[in-house]
Amino acid sequence: MNQNAHQLNYTLQLADNLLIHAQRLGEWCGHGPILEQDIALTNTCLDHIGAARPLYEYAAEQVNKLTVLERQMLLSSPALEQVFSNGKTASEDDIAYLRDAWDFKNVLLLEQPNDDWAFTMAKCFFIDAFHFPFYKALQASNDKVLAAVAEKSLKEVTYHLKWSSEWVIRLGDGTDESHEKMQTAINERWAYTGELFQESEADIAALAGGYGVDLSLIRAAWNENIAKVFAAAKLTIPTNDWMQKGGKDGMHTEHLGYILAEMQYMQRAYPGMEW
Amino acid sequence: MKSYANEETVWAWLDNVKDPEVPVLSVRDLGIIRGVNIAEDGVATVTITPTYSGCPAMDVIGMNIRMALAGRGFTDVKIAMQLSPAWTTDWMSEEGKRKLKEYGIAPPARVAGILALFEEEKSVACPRCDSTDTRLVSNHGSTACKALYQCNSCQEPFEHFKCH
Repeated sequence: MNQNAHQLNYTLQLADNLLIHAQRLGEWCGHGPILEQDIALTNTCLDHIGAARPLYEYAAEQVNKLTVLERQMLLSSPALEQVFSNGKTASEDDIAYLRDAWDFKNVLLLEQPNDDWAFTMAKCFFIDAFHFPFYKALQASNDKVLAAVAEKSLKEVTYHLKWSSEWVIRLGDGTDESHEKMQTAINERWAYTGELFQESEADIAALAGGYGVDLSLIRAAWNENIAKVFAAAKLTIPTNDWMQKGGKDGMHTEHLGYILAEMQYMQRAYPGMEW
Repeated sequence: MKSYANEETVWAWLDNVKDPEVPVLSVRDLGIIRGVNIAEDGVATVTITPTYSGCPAMDVIGMNIRMALAGRGFTDVKIAMQLSPAWTTDWMSEEGKRKLKEYGIAPPARVAGILALFEEEKSVACPRCDSTDTRLVSNHGSTACKALYQCNSCQEPFEHFKCH
């Protein structure tokens, strides 16, 4: 794969993580345990969608610059290809709504069902603890778009991390029942955390090209934060180190298809529809 | 050749473009206008920066700026979005903070910073009775930029525009 391909995949990894995470958080709207927490999740969801938008706009620019052959090698979604056969170029929305599951590069953790509150908090905490050091480092990217999104998002993810850390501690160090539910959620989702730090070809190329982040440093910061919060929460760090993988390469669990079916419905049924 | 209003005049017009969520604040009070450029051919470019990435008010604000300029002779108005440097409540005008308080929203009090977010907001004064004996109810409020507080002195619940 050439540099254009790596750059596009890297941008999509970042954007797809945000969009799929946001879509799952949005499912909580109207179902939160109390109004304030319902609002917290939808606020957080909006931050992620807001950060995803300039990334999709950027991805669209990159896709539009590819040769036909490059594009067809990289993306295999018929609906997106149809935009080009109609003589148009792809927009931010086309990239988000017209790709099929195999063209999505998000990690598997974020497409898992919300399940109960503890499962959602475990997922939020794992990804917030990742995004915080990740954005900090990405601010130094030599890619101006990525650096600007990182600078903007870092402020927001600081709130997210504070909030999800507080919930992990509250549930872990709460009643016997809340402790058990929190520990179960952590144990069940643990195998999905390794993928965050597993380098894809795009990650390797991005680091070498000066626009990406060294994931081994992020892993160290992540481990440190997990240890600190779990200690305060009286939770045990799982010891199994067998990890799920595939999302960054477009190999997903069955859940992603259902998410896309709902999220993309309007654009598929009414192509080009605007609010 | 048609003549257009100069940049200074356009800045002054922006005093009348309000934040749809907090209508006492103008977009200038908020500190989100990063630049105004009038090209020789009359194309007006207003550069704005979002308060929060996903703030739904940004689209409405962009549209209102367009309308304000279109109503005064500009036929080609561009809204440019700039993410860096990231917006901070430090850019909110003193006048804006005063208006927020009058409106019943406790304004951001101190200098914003990333690390400060891990601390509790200290002594957020009640916009109604000025007591600093207040408590945080929820870090998240009706919009991304606000948190919910309650005053222990006068019992009034109120919103606080978070330091960001």
